[in-house]
Amino acid sequence: MFILKLIFKNAFRHKLRTWLTIVGITIAILAYGLLRTVISTWYAGVESSSATRLVTRNAISLVFSLPLSYEESIRHVPGVKFVTRDNWFGGIYIDEKHFFPSFAIDPKNYLPLVPEFVIPGDQQAAFIRDRNAALAGRKIAEKYHWKIGDTITLKGTIFPGNWEFVLRAIYHGRDKSTDETFFLFHWDYLNEALKKTASRRADQVGFYFIGVTSPNLAAEVSQAIDKMFKNSLSETLTETEKAFQLGFISMSEAIIVAIRMVSFVVIIIIMAVMANTMAMTARERFGEYAVFKALGFGGVHLAGLIFGESLVIAILGGAAGIALTFPVARAFGRAMDNYFPVFNVAKTTIYMDMAAALLIGLVAGIVPAWRAVHIRVADGLRRIG
Amino acid sequence: MSIVEIQNLSKAYHRGSQVVPVLNDLTFDIKEGEFLALMGPSGSGKSTLLNLIAGIDRPDGGTIKVGAIDITALTETQLARWRADNVGFIFQFYNLIPVLTAFENVALPLLLTGLSKSERREHVEIALSIVGLNDRMDHYPGQLSGGQQQRVAIARAVITDPALLVADEPTGDLDRVSAGEILDLMERLNAESGKTIVMVTHDPRAAGKAHVIKHLEKGVLNVYPETHF
Repeated sequence: MFILKLIFKNAFRHKLRTWLTIVGITIAILAYGLLRTVISTWYAGVESSSATRLVTRNAISLVFSLPLSYEESIRHVPGVKFVTRDNWFGGIYIDEKHFFPSFAIDPKNYLPLVPEFVIPGDQQAAFIRDRNAALAGRKIAEKYHWKIGDTITLKGTIFPGNWEFVLRAIYHGRDKSTDETFFLFHWDYLNEALKKTASRRADQVGFYFIGVTSPNLAAEVSQAIDKMFKNSLSETLTETEKAFQLGFISMSEAIIVAIRMVSFVVIIIIMAVMANTMAMTARERFGEYAVFKALGFGGVHLAGLIFGESLVIAILGGAAGIALTFPVARAFGRAMDNYFPVFNVAKTTIYMDMAAALLIGLVAGIVPAWRAVHIRVADGLRRIG
Repeated sequence: MSIVEIQNLSKAYHRGSQVVPVLNDLTFDIKEGEFLALMGPSGSGKSTLLNLIAGIDRPDGGTIKVGAIDITALTETQLARWRADNVGFIFQFYNLIPVLTAFENVALPLLLTGLSKSERREHVEIALSIVGLNDRMDHYPGQLSGGQQQRVAIARAVITDPALLVADEPTGDLDRVSAGEILDLMERLNAESGKTIVMVTHDPRAAGKAHVIKHLEKGVLNVYPETHF
């Protein structure tokens, strides 16, 4: 208790210097936490993907479609429970600034595949029943003040024209990581329209979303599907939903690596600042350390005092940084909800924040502690005189 | 009976390639219960000799026995332990820890003992009463006068009841009245508690309190006849 008191008192001998250092650590930990959250948000889709879901797409590229006729063949592969046709619609609401992901789906087969989308029973039935019905996530419904029964017009980019939908259902996420910005509508509605306006593009599917009976069957089913369409006009590539999502992320890997490096650089910079603070502190107190040694205190005691002081400053800064991460992340998420539909601070981010704060404290104490332990008592006392 | 036996002690400092001898082949004893004053001009090696006797510096040659222990043969850890048990330090500039109260400063050496909190409190209160500062125990060094700070330092020096007290210019930073009080206190500790005191001083008045005065010049003792009172 006595030693702990001494450590705290020592830490705040130079109040301005200590508080500035704490503020520096707070900002660094906050920045580190936000950057780590940006990275984990990037992987949010991967995290929320299910092990029982597969995606079958054209083996050449996602931009090439697959024939509608594949659906029945896939449905009969042993282990397949659900198959739904899926097309990226890429619609624009109002203007380009108002972006949210929009897909054409087969509701009857799609909804059982996504139990993380929680929809009231009557709304789900209405969505399935009406061909021009739409299902929207809670976040975009709230953002645009949509109500059930509203007519929503999207401007097609891949499929030109103005597309009108009636909002029949709003889903909310079962988990924090569920994206609540999806806009889903009937694939048949899209296909019927294409038959009239661009018949060449009708009966084409962007990708198939498949549910398997057991995660253990994922590899087997994937191989069976791809084998079935080998040497056809449209060969397929079937992969788990996770691998499919990671494929998207790999396109922006350079950005993620850059963000990750910046997050580490922030910590290294504050580590240097903190080390400088501790070096100054220790230099000013070499005389005192000599007195401690003269009184019989050993190197372990002195190292304990210095590391203790360093850790107190780092932990206070780290705790403040962690506490601020939540409100700042919420504000950041709100401001950037077009780009980051899910922006939650993960537990692992907090653990990494804590580890970073402890590391800052420990590293900053190494050199001063080493010097204090090795100072000769007579030399240290001469500094005072 | 001698408490300190010094044999052929030598010490030199190195300034770059230059070797500056400080103590040359000193041999002398300090009797148990003696109050010894070491005098001499600046740079004569008084403080170096004091540091060697107190075990906070190492000689280049010779031996120092305190009690039955040759402290020149101890490791750093053993020496630290030995100092904690056997030596009380009184410095010119008091060297109190500014963020600790008088009570806490005095209690500091007791952290190395196995005493309980209540036992430590009891010891500190006795030590502070000896130096007449019971009413100042919650004061920080900055709130005390120089003389009071030195009295706190003396309480810290005697708290573990060491046999040997070493004092380096204990009155060097004090006014005449405060210096007199400190010297009286040291004299009392020597007379009533039987502490062996080795004091470095420039002040003839301070040296006048000692039983024995040794003069050190150019690293050699007794250039002038040893003075006994």
